[in-house]
Amino acid sequence: MDKFTTLTGIAAPMPLINVDTDMIIPKQFLKTIKRSGLGVNLFDEMRYDDDGKEIPEFVLNKDAYREAEILVAGDNFGCGSSREHAPWAIKDFGIRCVIAPSFADIFYNNCFKNGILPIALPQEQVDVLMKDAEKGSNARMIVDLDAQTVTSSDGEVFQFELDSFKKHCLMNGLDDIGLTMEKASAIDSFETAAAQARPWV
Amino acid sequence: MSPKTLYDKIWDAHVAHEADDGTCLLYIDRHLVHEVTSPQAFEGLRMAGRKVRAPEKTIAVPDHNVPTTAGREDPSNMTEDSAIQVAALDKNAKDFGIHYYPVSDIRQGIVHIVGPEQGWTLPGMTVVCGDSHTATHGAFGALAHGIGTSEVEHVLATQTLIQKKSKNMKVEITGKLRPGVTAKDITLSVIGATGTAGGTGYVIEYCGKAIRDLSVEGRMTVCNMAIEGGARAGLIAPDEKTFAYCKGRPHAPKGAQWEAAMAWWKTLYSDDDAHWDKVITLKGEDIAPVVTWGTSPEDVLPITAAVPDADDFEGGKVGAAQRSLDYMGLTPGTPLSEVEIDTVFIGSCTNGRIEDLRAAAAILKGKKIGVKRAMVVPGSGLVRAQAEEEGLADIFKEAGFEWRLAGCSMCLAMNPDQLQPGERCAATSNRNFEGRQGRGGRTHLMSPAMAAAAAITGKLTDVRELM
Repeated sequence: MDKFTTLTGIAAPMPLINVDTDMIIPKQFLKTIKRSGLGVNLFDEMRYDDDGKEIPEFVLNKDAYREAEILVAGDNFGCGSSREHAPWAIKDFGIRCVIAPSFADIFYNNCFKNGILPIALPQEQVDVLMKDAEKGSNARMIVDLDAQTVTSSDGEVFQFELDSFKKHCLMNGLDDIGLTMEKASAIDSFETAAAQARPWV
Repeated sequence: MSPKTLYDKIWDAHVAHEADDGTCLLYIDRHLVHEVTSPQAFEGLRMAGRKVRAPEKTIAVPDHNVPTTAGREDPSNMTEDSAIQVAALDKNAKDFGIHYYPVSDIRQGIVHIVGPEQGWTLPGMTVVCGDSHTATHGAFGALAHGIGTSEVEHVLATQTLIQKKSKNMKVEITGKLRPGVTAKDITLSVIGATGTAGGTGYVIEYCGKAIRDLSVEGRMTVCNMAIEGGARAGLIAPDEKTFAYCKGRPHAPKGAQWEAAMAWWKTLYSDDDAHWDKVITLKGEDIAPVVTWGTSPEDVLPITAAVPDADDFEGGKVGAAQRSLDYMGLTPGTPLSEVEIDTVFIGSCTNGRIEDLRAAAAILKGKKIGVKRAMVVPGSGLVRAQAEEEGLADIFKEAGFEWRLAGCSMCLAMNPDQLQPGERCAATSNRNFEGRQGRGGRTHLMSPAMAAAAAITGKLTDVRELM
């Protein structure tokens, strides 16, 4: 997995609440058996018209935001299905960080498996960053995972909270499965005991 | 011992390892797999030279992509990309030695209907699947939730998940439901009350008399949509109804093992003085037959209400409501019962079980549809066979419904069952998101009985007027 340490980049504003996984990557693109190549279809139905032409008003179609690496959005981002295609599409587009007042649980977890940092901040702080993002490509935000801070283009610093284990894995690009396999003996012991206690399972 | 919730008890029985910071390895008893969220996980195993740790606890079935029309065993009757995903699941199931129900098997169906039907899902288990509606299995008092594909790979390789414990939330539905009000109305009303993020960070336990009074199938409908309320999982304590449902299922324990299982299952309830981080109470008598009007499952109103105005809301919801109204093509103030419907879809893991089909057929008996198209997609081949045996299929067909084969179908429209732009659908599924049932399609969520009523009148309809 790609490491995440610091990121300085353009932030795209998406002031919508309840951005769901069907919006992020509609189901017709879930028929892939690969993880890559979904960036072109990120937000497909908001981004392209029925003829497949770009809708100029959509934020990621504006010249200022085509290279965005951060997304600032409304409450409950990523609600809906468990499809990991959502973070795959976000990452493939080039976005490595999403900032919102809150995230849906499964989406939030899926981000960490793909080197994406989801940052939850209070609504009033997201409002400030949303305004900052609306300034366009000259306004770059700085995300520092180690320090757990987001710095606006005006130099205003916001501290965010994060689970220490998730942070550790993201900073070091660690593979979860490899880490868990190091604890194989604990799983073996559990399995033996459980087979005695609940043999019907 | 300190008092525990049901969630605490199941959690504690499955922690294989706990780190100093509280990060746990949670052991997984059942891993359900379907064709859309698993190919990359199996590929990951192959690339790393890993095996499936517990193939005997891993069950696969294709459901999301498969056509629901005759002849689908022949891959040439699927779109090429769907056929590739189904073929990949065929191969992965064989290569890794996991249980498998191919499309040609009568037991095939929606993974969350097949699991309970075959007795794979049992009280006190941990159940995961790369699908958010895994919450369904919570109806058995099993801790069940959706996971992403990386986590699917993690469970395949290690039979565990890296987890931190969620908080406990109690949703109590007191009293009795009124006639015409169903499990679907309960679960939608709860989301209407709490919002789609109301359960974020929690595992919900549903309790109270109205929940106890539900059948096991109704309880599955309630837990199914815990995810739409933002919760990691929904749970209902097992009782005699649960045990009776499980008994005799192909993979349920038998003989002495059944007795041993029962002894433990009977301890699976929340202790009286257990701690709850959040409590919501609704009166069963206050719940009406509801429909959704917008593009979020929290946009719930009684069928007797009118389309709201965006200004009725606050904060970010004002803009979201306006966007929903525009997308749905609705004018504020219009009575919901005047909204005309083009299509009716009865099915999905929320409402594709035999009792759902019975409830819809009871309304439809001897009537004709007043919509352009209506389809019933049974949740499994066995549900379909039973409905045929009970004469329900004839009622649907005589009314003008298409009688389909089992699958997820128009709930998420990955197969050819899709809405056209602007087409308005009364659906028994679980999500009304923009484009969910097809680009530009407009979805109103409701119970099977309400969907049947809408099919007859061609409008959103209060089913109580047809009872």
